[in-house]
Amino acid sequence: MTTQPVIRLDDVLLVSLHSDMGDEDAIRLQDDIADRVASVAPRGVLLDLSAVEIIDSFLARVVHDMAAVTATMDAVTVVVGIRPAVAITMAELGLDLGGLCTALTVDAGLRELRARDEVRDRERP
Amino acid sequence: MQDINVSVAEFLDHHGDEIVDAWQRRTFFAGRTGGDCRAVLNGVAEVVLAGRPEDPTAAGFDAIRDLLGEIAMDRIRRGETAAQTAVTLHDLKPPVVELWTSSRDGDDALPGALRLSTALDTLRLVAMELVGGESADLVEERQQLLELSTPVIRMWDGILAVPLIGTLDSARTQATMEGLLQAIVDQQARVAILDITGVSTVDTAVAQHLLRTVMAARLMGAKCVISGIRPQIAQTMVQLGIDLGDVTTRATLADALAYGLRQIGLVVAAADNH
Repeated sequence: MTTQPVIRLDDVLLVSLHSDMGDEDAIRLQDDIADRVASVAPRGVLLDLSAVEIIDSFLARVVHDMAAVTATMDAVTVVVGIRPAVAITMAELGLDLGGLCTALTVDAGLRELRARDEVRDRERP
Repeated sequence: MQDINVSVAEFLDHHGDEIVDAWQRRTFFAGRTGGDCRAVLNGVAEVVLAGRPEDPTAAGFDAIRDLLGEIAMDRIRRGETAAQTAVTLHDLKPPVVELWTSSRDGDDALPGALRLSTALDTLRLVAMELVGGESADLVEERQQLLELSTPVIRMWDGILAVPLIGTLDSARTQATMEGLLQAIVDQQARVAILDITGVSTVDTAVAQHLLRTVMAARLMGAKCVISGIRPQIAQTMVQLGIDLGDVTTRATLADALAYGLRQIGLVVAAADNH
């Protein structure tokens, strides 16, 4: 059993996933993130997959669900650091993350968050 | 008593027609002329006469090396595995040895059979030697061709393009996808252009491959554009009911580059001095 750190950077939550994560860990992390998003109300969530070297259909599904949940809770969610092999697997599995925002690195993800946030700010009354 | 090597060679010479006849009915020589069989037989006879049936570098084998290699490669190109070819080569041995043992009953029956057996084993070695080297070359050649046919071009800082040409099959799409995704990581690209100007036909499978590549590139955080869809191909795609969904498309590679530049926040402007 391992605990996945959910790091708070100002008003952004950074969640790092790795491939040794078991199915139960993944489910627990999913609950964890939902709780943290509810309590912290972050501007955005970055799901970092750069340490995930192999992915199975279950983990892919969990990643998809995590992203969908946080997006529903009004936190802009960016999935970052998907490796080529993982991207190919997910595409073969038909999981395109439902048009969620993706970025190559955490850096690019933060930039993306900022850009999206500006758009949202402009829409505010 | 006559030297055993000489008697075996003489036997091969005298019974040449029978052996050639038997060999022609074997799988290895299928579709080959009697002349080819005769040439191989002469090579074997020469090697036996020289007393070197166990030596693949013997002069007799040198003469038929190319012919054997050609026949074996031909079989492999038609989809036979190297192991299967080796078995068809082994089939050449029984008729010769049986003929020898049935025509002799003296003291030289066993040593003669042994020599024939050794010579034909070495023959197999000579034929397969060439196959081993060439099939490795073939695999490498195919790999190189695959890489050559799918170059990933850096159009601008952060913009990549893959010009696809010819027919797309699973192997090529896989190579393209892997090459593109790796290039996205290496060059920190933000836009990837798939240019299909040179693609001759698009069917549902090809469209599926394209969409999968777009999907994978998107997962890596790159924006993906398909450019150069020709009128006939656009019509085919519509008739086949292929839905590109929300994939961005542009008419030409130039338009796609313009789109890419805009995406990364660059504008093209005329220089002042013109």
